[in-house]
Amino acid sequence: MSSRIEILNEGGFRSDGRRQYELRDITIDMSQQGTADGSAIITHGLTQVLVSVFGPREAKMRSQTLYDRANINVEVSIASFSTGERRKRSRGDKRILEMAATIKSTFEPVVQTNLYPRSQIDIFVQVLQQDGGLLQACINATMLALASAGISLLDFVSAVTGGVHSTSPMLDLTALEENDIPHVTVAVMPRTGKVTLITMETRLHVDRFEEIFKLACEAGKVIHGEMRAAIRLRTGMLISAMQSVSQNAGEKEDEQMYEY
Amino acid sequence: MDIDLDGDEDFDSGGSKLTCPGEPLTSAQDYMRGHGTYVENEEVIASVAGTIERVNKLVTVRAVRTRYNAEVGDLVVGRITEVQPRRWKVDANSRQDAVLMLSSVNLPGGVQRRKLESDELQMRTFFEEGDLLVAEVQAFFGDGSMSLHTRSLRYGKLRNGQLVVVPPILVCRLKSHFITLPCGVDLILGLNGYIWVSKHVKQSDREGEEGFDAEAVYSNQNDAIDDFTRIAISHVTNIIRALATRFIPLSDTILLKAYEWIVEQGSDVKDLLQEDIGDALVAGITAIG
Repeated sequence: MSSRIEILNEGGFRSDGRRQYELRDITIDMSQQGTADGSAIITHGLTQVLVSVFGPREAKMRSQTLYDRANINVEVSIASFSTGERRKRSRGDKRILEMAATIKSTFEPVVQTNLYPRSQIDIFVQVLQQDGGLLQACINATMLALASAGISLLDFVSAVTGGVHSTSPMLDLTALEENDIPHVTVAVMPRTGKVTLITMETRLHVDRFEEIFKLACEAGKVIHGEMRAAIRLRTGMLISAMQSVSQNAGEKEDEQMYEY
Repeated sequence: MDIDLDGDEDFDSGGSKLTCPGEPLTSAQDYMRGHGTYVENEEVIASVAGTIERVNKLVTVRAVRTRYNAEVGDLVVGRITEVQPRRWKVDANSRQDAVLMLSSVNLPGGVQRRKLESDELQMRTFFEEGDLLVAEVQAFFGDGSMSLHTRSLRYGKLRNGQLVVVPPILVCRLKSHFITLPCGVDLILGLNGYIWVSKHVKQSDREGEEGFDAEAVYSNQNDAIDDFTRIAISHVTNIIRALATRFIPLSDTILLKAYEWIVEQGSDVKDLLQEDIGDALVAGITAIG
């Protein structure tokens, strides 16, 4: 495989024309999706994930209620049209369950669950397109959806994938690159620099690890900046929409007061 | 002594400052932390995305979209989810289901009646799963869930109408949350974001002095509703939906203005759900104001 595809050419470019440390395009859509309390669509290049958050709300199953904190429930579903070869995965697929468990454990230390006793926070992750960096996109989209649902979080979480081709580290891998080279996904909390998740499915040389890890943490800060800007834009938009009419309403009420 | 926000470029025109989770707001030594914040390393840090509010030394962050935070005395519209011994569970868009005790409802046969064991056995004849009701927040339990009561003739089961759900922040606090529009439509603006739009009931029918009509209060049958009223109800619900998707706060004056605008334009009920007409409506009512 690796003989046919050139991961990094002599000019220092990757198969999609990026440099080693260059991230793919990020687009964020935080508009309302149905009746969800919070929702977000994030696109990293050709990977697209939609996350809807419901809650905190009464747990559907009484056995799942925790008396002192909220229970986080993550469900992942991957659209059968999301990959090149059409393939239907069942809900009980091991890989999907593992990914849901990973997302849950990433957010458990970040969400202030102790503020919502006896409730449940449902996170529904829908993968629309995948081209590498699936877990990173899921985590970033979940972060945005949780923030838009007004759920208390200790910090942001931003995730990014890093890999290494012979000795040169790379960031934000595509599916092509992920198939070929060892990679690792890192989720960081940018303010404190704490790491909530680090996972790899391939073997990575221990000497390369530190370099990639540091790079991924740096890249996490860049992605954090993008997500923060998107949230600010969305909040600002909603607040200015609210103020546009409420100021007028205030005047109107004053007029009415005179009439009475 | 103002809150310092380093590198905060976009101060909103209304003077409200925005923040995001994990952003340090101020020193914990000079200020007290309120809702939506936490303290770490002597710093007050925001935990939700929203506007920073300050009252003297108390710093709070108010999230834009969040679940309903109840306060005692609030008027809410809810839906029964479960019937339990001596209580109903009510979904009121809050973090947990609210509780409506059998002892805090008015039962047929007089306001001051004692609750008997037989009442406990026939709780489903008063409220069943799926029934909608309007109630007031009475108290809170230790775990933060709320207790409701319907001990007023204005409260109780809902019928003859339609429910609309909006973000709770959009429902303004008003002098009265029971609104009657001149088009023969009654509105109940629940502070939890559930809004009940129904056929107008005459004041005299609603407050039957001593003859508290139990049949009518817990009835599951809708009255006959004429076509004009049906259209008016749909108009009002679509106005609410159009305003809510554009994040316009709802109050009696705004709804009245919006309805007048619709009548003026002569738009059809379903037109309102179109993007351009909805935008025109919002532009129209902000211009009139």
